[in-house]
Amino acid sequence: MRAGTSARTRLIGDTDVTDTTGNAGGSSFGTSRVKRGLAEMLKGGVIMDVVTADQARIAEDAGAVAVMALERVPADIRAQGGVARMSDPDLIEQIIASVSIPVMAKARIGHFVEAQVLQALGVDYVDESEVLSPADYVNHIDKWDFTVPFVCGATNLGEALRRLTEGAAMIRSKGEAGTGDVSEATKHIRTIKGEIAALGAKSADELYVAAKELQAPYDLVVEVARTGHLPVVLFTAGGVATPADAALMMQLGADGVFVGSGIFKSGDPAKRAAAIVRATTFYDDPAVIADASRGLGEAMVGINVSDLPAPHRLATRGW
Amino acid sequence: MLRALGADARPVRRPEELTEIDGLVIPGGESTVIDKLSRAFGVAEPLKAAIAGGLPVYGTCAGLILLADTVRDSIQGQQSFGGLDVVVRRNAFGTQLDSFETDLDIPELGADPVHAVFIRAPIVEEVGPAARPLAELEDGRVVAVEQGNLLGTSFHPEVTGDTRFHEYFLRKLG
Repeated sequence: MRAGTSARTRLIGDTDVTDTTGNAGGSSFGTSRVKRGLAEMLKGGVIMDVVTADQARIAEDAGAVAVMALERVPADIRAQGGVARMSDPDLIEQIIASVSIPVMAKARIGHFVEAQVLQALGVDYVDESEVLSPADYVNHIDKWDFTVPFVCGATNLGEALRRLTEGAAMIRSKGEAGTGDVSEATKHIRTIKGEIAALGAKSADELYVAAKELQAPYDLVVEVARTGHLPVVLFTAGGVATPADAALMMQLGADGVFVGSGIFKSGDPAKRAAAIVRATTFYDDPAVIADASRGLGEAMVGINVSDLPAPHRLATRGW
Repeated sequence: MLRALGADARPVRRPEELTEIDGLVIPGGESTVIDKLSRAFGVAEPLKAAIAGGLPVYGTCAGLILLADTVRDSIQGQQSFGGLDVVVRRNAFGTQLDSFETDLDIPELGADPVHAVFIRAPIVEEVGPAARPLAELEDGRVVAVEQGNLLGTSFHPEVTGDTRFHEYFLRKLG
């Protein structure tokens, strides 16, 4: 049997389902509510990529709501090439030991054994991430099989809904990681928001075709059309490098921001990290964003996504 | 949830916004971040004064940590607003894998149990003479406390949609 317990009650939409899996003394672990609940608590915050325990402490001190432990930041994965995999367990354990905020870690798309390992290490969230080299070009991980919650990337609504169907408890728009170019993140969050709004304008009989086109379950499509939002938290990621970038994502309707290479590839990571946290909290206050943007030193140099040949684009991984 | 109960709810991020409210809910989140930002933006000191002056405040999870007079397993330099005469331990249950939901009997809120969701939740380890425990787990650990106009829960009623704790709190606003 794979990691986790027997088949869990599957709550995809908002419908309340009593989940008695893992029932011990009247308590239930790893339920959808518990998994999605942690993401709810991160709303309005910044999650930062870190590759060492020292960086994790800098992130925590700067006000990160969680850290993402990985071996190389996306900018280095891009520069160095090769197969990118789950991080060394020693590194993940050092990072878990060095901070008190939640620790996330990345597994390759479809690599359910890497996810099992991360769960065994006690990470708080697994990111099934296109930033790493995919392990399966057809299937994603069956995330219902796990007690640990998953966050997955999406470039559009159909992708987001398919990941929810597989058990993701949090969605992040993908952007183009490791570039410092926010344009793809903008495109993906606008696409997802726009497609949700378009669903809401459809009549009941049109939702059958919409579900077919989105390649997503009809009931979930109907629910998103009715509520006007995903049943989970929607963060954004990929190319965020400045306080203004982060505030842009929040004004476009993201619930929070992942910042990868943008912090520790810049001149003064501690200061930039704190500035991005401030700008994310006060995303609708240009005076605060202006103040946060002053004197940060060099931003990461970055790559224009339009200069990236198509095979080198990470956002196209995942389907 | 407060709006559904008929309250005029608004976000508070700045000190001047504190003067416009009759009561405050400090929701779940990351207590270390709320602490840092509240100090950086000058909310912490006026809020401490308001709590001392009787402002009704309800803290869930991270909010409970921020209302506790003493916090264990805090990060270096972490502060709380205080007000509740209790000792609270952060992340008392462990990692997300130890997060859970369960039913609690809370007579003050009626006969039906409260379905409570604990997410990397704190525990009230000591209740001082000024505070009163409202709810306990089966093993006796305290997960909800009240002291005058202050209310704190380790769990998140806002996640389950059970409005009784928020109704109980709104009654403090008169």
